[in-house]
Amino acid sequence: MSDQAAAFKHRINTALGDEQAHSNFRSAMSMLMEKRAAQFPDEDELLEKRQRANAIRAHALRNLPQLLEQLEQQLINNGIQVHWARDGAEANAIIHQLLEAAGAKSVVKGKSMVSEEIDLNHYLQQHGIEILESDLGEFIIQLAHETPSHIVMPAIHKTKQDIAELFHKHFPELPYSEDVDEMTQQARQILRDRFRQADAGISGVNFMVAETGTLCLVENEGNGRMSTTVPPLHIAVTGIEKVVEKLTDVPPLLDLLTKSATGQPITTYFNMISHPRQAGELDGPEAVHLVLLDNGRSHIKRDEVLLDTLRCIRCGSCINHCPVYVQVGGHAYGTVYPGPIGTVLEPMRLGIDQIGTLTSACSLCGACAQVCPVQIPLPKLINRLRADSVSHQNHSGVKGEGSLRKQAEVLSWKGWRWLYSSPLRYRLFSKLATRLRGLTPSSIGGWSRYRTVTKPAPRPLSELIKEAGFDHE
Amino acid sequence: MPTHPDEIYFMGTCLVDLFYPQAGLAGMKLIQGAGVRVIYPKDQGCCGQPAFNSGYREEALEVARSQMRCFPHEIPIVVPSGSCAGMVIHHWPELFAGETDEKQAIAVSRRTVELTQFLVDQLNLQLEDLGEPTEIAVHTSCSCRNELKVEDRIESLLSQLNQVTVLEQPRKAECCGFGGSFAIKQPEISGAMVQDKTDALHSTGATRVVSQDCGCLMNIGGALEKQQRTMQPQHIAEFLLERTHE
Ligand code: SF4
Repeated sequence: MSDQAAAFKHRINTALGDEQAHSNFRSAMSMLMEKRAAQFPDEDELLEKRQRANAIRAHALRNLPQLLEQLEQQLINNGIQVHWARDGAEANAIIHQLLEAAGAKSVVKGKSMVSEEIDLNHYLQQHGIEILESDLGEFIIQLAHETPSHIVMPAIHKTKQDIAELFHKHFPELPYSEDVDEMTQQARQILRDRFRQADAGISGVNFMVAETGTLCLVENEGNGRMSTTVPPLHIAVTGIEKVVEKLTDVPPLLDLLTKSATGQPITTYFNMISHPRQAGELDGPEAVHLVLLDNGRSHIKRDEVLLDTLRCIRCGSCINHCPVYVQVGGHAYGTVYPGPIGTVLEPMRLGIDQIGTLTSACSLCGACAQVCPVQIPLPKLINRLRADSVSHQNHSGVKGEGSLRKQAEVLSWKGWRWLYSSPLRYRLFSKLATRLRGLTPSSIGGWSRYRTVTKPAPRPLSELIKEAGFDHE
Repeated sequence: MPTHPDEIYFMGTCLVDLFYPQAGLAGMKLIQGAGVRVIYPKDQGCCGQPAFNSGYREEALEVARSQMRCFPHEIPIVVPSGSCAGMVIHHWPELFAGETDEKQAIAVSRRTVELTQFLVDQLNLQLEDLGEPTEIAVHTSCSCRNELKVEDRIESLLSQLNQVTVLEQPRKAECCGFGGSFAIKQPEISGAMVQDKTDALHSTGATRVVSQDCGCLMNIGGALEKQQRTMQPQHIAEFLLERTHE
């Protein structure tokens, strides 16, 4: 077994051994699936909405270079400064420079998966900047020194008790409580003070509108609004694929995003950021910057199959409906993005040689593709990456292509082909397998740990046709 | 696809051929009982799905090609398995893309239909229940549900049997954890999934579970046996035949 496969197996076994986490995931995902389903009572209407959202995103991707140029121009006109980052290292350096130039030492951050992708917290902390997560879930995992286990609900693996103990450990002055509302109030109080003192706020972006130069931010707690309006400097960071053409593209996407993600008809907050504080305005940051991250996205865009992943609006619905995720949770993947979308994104981002083995953790059941609001054919993409993983041709352009090709496996598939591509050989094989069914091994690796082994029938179907009165031609 | 064709091909699938021949025969008898001539091409083998889903597309292509040649005439091809039907209908066009016989593969994929869909949509099969009252559970294969979107056909067939009560399992849309090479490469996850699935099926109190897919049945049935549970797996075709014949 390769190192990455062994490490993955270890994480899986750890996850499967944790009964508590398993039952947390099970109940959370069941609730999310129910809530989502309740928002979409009409199948046909949902399909229409998904087709429309798909078309909006596909259109934006087809015109990506032009839209990004237009976006940049509009943002500049609005007084928002734009920075381009080829990869995570560049994005981190840009953000650090912006903070340094403003003399910012303490930062509050709204929820942003792109900031996780580039490991921004770590980078800034190493450079002496204090960074505080302001989203409740992110705040919790920051206290616990963990990583998100879900892209929408980062602390979904934690119980109330876990969180109560965590708060008690870090804030012993606060009264111990396992009451969710009370804990939320406590967190709010702690964060409120920090918002006032912060020198800068960092956020992600859900949609960028090229036509108007608007940055849209979807959230439930108001922490996003606080992070982007209270401190004097706001830095937004996001992937280049998040652009849409027009303002009217946003409502259909927003509608599907919130309903698919958490089953909410609309989130509590929806922020549209168009410019820094204007003369005469009472609040808002004095300066707003947008850092646009590529990090392999334009490379993906060149592949006419894998390109579909760039339509993703990060709703997490594919994760919520994944029967593998519900068993192992987010940390087992060992990546920033877990679940079906992570299984596609991460091998492309980090390389098949690093994390391609994720693609084996999928039964190709297709539940994810059924719920994806932008109709990304996730099983097809996972299957394609499996082919890239064992390919011997090196033409797909995905990093680490062919690195999971193992001689023993290649031989067994060649043997399978030899048998099944010749009717004569196959007939002989089926005769032998059925006649010698008594010799069927009772143990076949991991399969028989959970199941008894099914023996071949006494005679194959092909031998029963004539006597049952059917024709061969 | 014509309604009530005079004759059809039956694509038995490799799993049915070796492990569940009675399921295949039952499917053929149900179709023949409706006055349709059933042809079982002798040289057929496998649709290529195991290799395709493991990333070995060249190997899958060659096996699929040998399978394709067994079904030359312009008549429907009925498959008693959702995942194999899904392979031919949805993935052969992808697998054969750019090959000299791509057109042929697309034509064959258009003639292919999953068994329960065929019985309901093309044959409008009428069933008379001759059996004793019984309670069963149903596991719909993910291919029938998510890929072919024919998950309701099995239920509509069963609803014609007035002595049969279908008991609904919790989370009925969830995958049983088979997934071909997935069960071999990730046995622990697959094992946890089939444990949850068999628990859910067992909780219904039914004595039998029927499905349209022998992959699911092998997985679920093998797990039930290992757990020493008495619930019996059965292919839908066999169950329907048993209920409608003395
Ligand atoms: S792939 Fe689709 S379902 Fe999954 S997070 Fe992206 S948009 Fe949502």
